[in-house]
Amino acid sequence: MATEFLKGASAPAVPIIDLVVSEEDRVAIAKRHKRRRASVAIRYVFLTLLATIILFPIYITIVNSLLTPLQIAARPPLFFPTKPTWGAYSDAWTAGHMSLYLMNSVIVTFLIVTGQIVTATCAAYAFAFLEFPLKRTLFIVFLATLMVPFEVTVITNLTTVVNLGWYNSYAGLAAPFMATGFGAFLLRQAFLGVPRDLRDAAALDGYGHWRFMVRVAVPLARPAMAALAVFSFLGAWNQYLWPLIVTKDSRYRTLQIGLRQLRATSLDQVNVTFAGVVIAALPLIILLVIFQKQLVRGLTAGAVKG
Amino acid sequence: MTADIAPERGLIAEGLIAEGLIAEAGQTKRFLNRRRKEAGLGYLMLAPSLLIFSVFVFYPFFKNFYLGFFRTPPFPGLPARYVGLDQFREVLTSDYFTNSFRVTIVFALLTVPAGIILGLLLAMVANQRLKGIGAYRTIFSSTVATSVAVASVIFGTLLNPQVGLLPWLGLTTNPSILENPKYALFAVAVTTIWQNLGLSFIVMSSGLQAIPDEIIEATEVDGARPWTRFWRVTLPLLSPTVFFAFVVGSIVAFQTFGQIDLLTQGGPIDKTNVLTYAIYKALRDQNEGKAAVLAVALFGVTLLLTTAQMRILERRVHYGN
Repeated sequence: MATEFLKGASAPAVPIIDLVVSEEDRVAIAKRHKRRRASVAIRYVFLTLLATIILFPIYITIVNSLLTPLQIAARPPLFFPTKPTWGAYSDAWTAGHMSLYLMNSVIVTFLIVTGQIVTATCAAYAFAFLEFPLKRTLFIVFLATLMVPFEVTVITNLTTVVNLGWYNSYAGLAAPFMATGFGAFLLRQAFLGVPRDLRDAAALDGYGHWRFMVRVAVPLARPAMAALAVFSFLGAWNQYLWPLIVTKDSRYRTLQIGLRQLRATSLDQVNVTFAGVVIAALPLIILLVIFQKQLVRGLTAGAVKG
Repeated sequence: MTADIAPERGLIAEGLIAEGLIAEAGQTKRFLNRRRKEAGLGYLMLAPSLLIFSVFVFYPFFKNFYLGFFRTPPFPGLPARYVGLDQFREVLTSDYFTNSFRVTIVFALLTVPAGIILGLLLAMVANQRLKGIGAYRTIFSSTVATSVAVASVIFGTLLNPQVGLLPWLGLTTNPSILENPKYALFAVAVTTIWQNLGLSFIVMSSGLQAIPDEIIEATEVDGARPWTRFWRVTLPLLSPTVFFAFVVGSIVAFQTFGQIDLLTQGGPIDKTNVLTYAIYKALRDQNEGKAAVLAVALFGVTLLLTTAQMRILERRVHYGN
């Protein structure tokens, strides 16, 4: 299934059956083997070609971040840094404020992911384990939030945040995203999979709802929690429109908006722009390598039935 | 716990004892108390989400309609004037909006089908038994690690006429590609397709891998040719995934903003002025009334799109087990 996709399939072991084979057959088999080997080679060439095309923009970005602006403008272009210079990175890190932007992104993303997990867990628990009037209506209200793109609400949200005194602050950056209809839905589905008997047994043991939620339901729903964490992490980390309009200086700007600033600097510092891009992309690349499995599950949640 | 007070009290009470809800039979009062408590806990648990949704989703959503009734004065400080539906009529029939709407649709048509087809192609190619295929899979999914801003800055710099690579490849346009009314939207679309390729590949791959091996093997035994197998077996079984990618992809395409802001700022001559960017520009010009009307339009289009796609596609999608 989804989670196994990066492992790939290993080559099948072909059982070799020793039979008496005529000389003609032997020639035919040899021919077929040759053809198969050629087709395998063609497949590898095709795969490598596709991989090269996809990786090229990333590769050239890394190369350019290690060159001087003059070398970058050289024609024909240099596709390998013979004498790499690392100055662009320190320029982007300090003068380009990338260290500050990185910290802001980490803080805001942490607030949003934590907030979404807490609010979604509580809401999902209520929908899955508790009985109360208007439950179905309220669930529809949660789902209705999925129909409203954030861009539609941005005008009044800006006014609201300004009025709350949260313009250009972490609170302003995170507040609108502290709840998630999608997350509540995802976790409710997971909680519904928790056997009812467990709830009854826990109640006999004197577990209240809170204790049951934290000790039993949440641990059992771990895969869905991880999927939600990845999903909300990517959403928060990659945000662009909201941080752009709700911040006004580098103190609260996030990485994505920081890149916008970095790009705006002059072309004779284009190597700094490239270094900034690498700095901005690196955290995600590292996390994706570590959490590949959760990532695939998070991204495909709801995409594939079963 | 869902049991209502029924004639067979004894039975319910027994059940309740088993659930550890009440200590003795017949104590319905305490049971009702329990239920009231449970309801209270339910509302308490929903409260944080509902608070955020009311303030940051529903209130601003409905406020848009209200704001659309008022024309923003030319100078700040003057009171906004109530104009009823005039502003809706004016903005929605203007060339500015029609153009923006058309650009958004063209952009979606350029990016969504191409993204799905390329993702599917990569998934098919990577779904074979070869040594080292895992490395290719990792590379094919690598662009999920790039954000819109990362992809846009990379492509923006590579497409730049001074430091970019296009002139060296002999591909020069005048004016340069991102300032060229003919090609700017296409360049933004290519950037977007590249950035989404990793996600598209991952989604299509999981779809492919959810197809039971036996089915594919059975058709192999039946001697179906690869091409026939793809059209007759793989694609129909994959249709829920493609359907999902199509709906979500279209909605995301209609919310495109970062690429436009970083690559073209809606230009040249509004040729890349997608709806979200038009909203942003109106907001930046402090024209809340116009921004609100455009936002209502964006919502309407998104809603229409989702329902239409559900209607048309769901009938043809194969959801078999």
